Amino acid sequence: MRALLLRDLRLALRSGGGAGLGLAFFLIVVMLIPFGIGPDTALLARVAPGVLWVAALLACLLSLDRLFQADAEDGSLDIIALSPLPLEGAVLIKALAHWMTTGLPLIVAAPVLGITLNLPSGGYGWLIASLAAGTPALSALGAFAASLTVGLRRGGLLLSLLVLPLYIPTLIFGARCASVAANGQDALPAFLILAGLSLGTLALAPFAAAAALRSQLR
Amino acid sequence: MAGLSFVLAAGKPVLLRGPNGVGKSTLLRALAGLVPCTGKVEIGNVALGDEDWAEQLAYAGHLDAIKPQLSVAENLGFWAGLYGGDAGAALAVFELEPLAGRLAGDCSAGQKRRIGLARLALAKRHLWLLDEPSTALDAAATALLAKHITAHCAAGGMALIATHTDLPLDAETLTLAPPSAKTADPFLEGAFV
Repeated sequence: MRALLLRDLRLALRSGGGAGLGLAFFLIVVMLIPFGIGPDTALLARVAPGVLWVAALLACLLSLDRLFQADAEDGSLDIIALSPLPLEGAVLIKALAHWMTTGLPLIVAAPVLGITLNLPSGGYGWLIASLAAGTPALSALGAFAASLTVGLRRGGLLLSLLVLPLYIPTLIFGARCASVAANGQDALPAFLILAGLSLGTLALAPFAAAAALRSQLR
Repeated sequence: MAGLSFVLAAGKPVLLRGPNGVGKSTLLRALAGLVPCTGKVEIGNVALGDEDWAEQLAYAGHLDAIKPQLSVAENLGFWAGLYGGDAGAALAVFELEPLAGRLAGDCSAGQKRRIGLARLALAKRHLWLLDEPSTALDAAATALLAKHITAHCAAGGMALIATHTDLPLDAETLTLAPPSAKTADPFLEGAFV
């Protein structure tokens, strides 16, 4: 398991791996919002949690289509499937590596970008907490969608269509958690629902993804 | 493919022959458990479909499963992490030590093939399923491969090797024949007239 995690992290960080892609996209989208909306600080403060969450979600989506496809194209997926590591475990590890190279940098960057969007001071802690609880679910759901489209050339479009409806509950409660906190209200209920969604996804997605991969191996 | 029955003897490699498209690769993938099939395949008391079936075999397909961004040693180190075994010893089997630090993407086709085959030396498996293993290999590397297969079989292992070339091996041959056109094509039989 460690070998697979280290390999995926190494591949993501080397040239062509695309580790910085999600983060760069996140920074660009969020930095452009104030230019588009204008210097109305009250309005920016109101949309900040939602903008940050939508941008984070789309950034996660960017690098998903290569999650299994690269391994399927060069035969690595066969070798991983035949290894003593269960395919469900391999899916979970690959989703974890995706989260570490995409989700984790977003969580670190989000508070800084919150300042540019004039996010109220009460929202920062819950913004980080909601992203930390929600982005693993984005990676796990993404792994499931990526396993369904692994056999398709240019499967990115289909992947987006498959995965975006699945992302909506996470987005609603994640953004809700941060915006409620920014208004000075109790964010715990939204956070608990988000965490529950996330845990359920993490438990189920590897099995669904492994089943989809098995049927695509032939 | 249907109606196929054979026994692989331990101790002697078997060459799988037949024209292009007859199903040699499909047979190997089915035996590996990657392609679903009906029927019964057994090694000792482990049957195809059992939990530990994959631990009985080593499969080397057309693709070498090499990541071009990783060095040769890193590629083998990853497989050693998955399958167990000693990556350094596996490097030595196909005389890859001089290439250990090189990026796999910079290696020639024959060198990549040798890296892919070095995986066989990692974990001890009963059955080797090799799909065109000698593609792109030079004479010396082919001899090395044959020596390695012979040693594996001499130690009581089995090997099924799909190939079109003559490997320098003391081996049995299993030839797959295409189904005759008459039974294969219902249009020729007049079924749809």
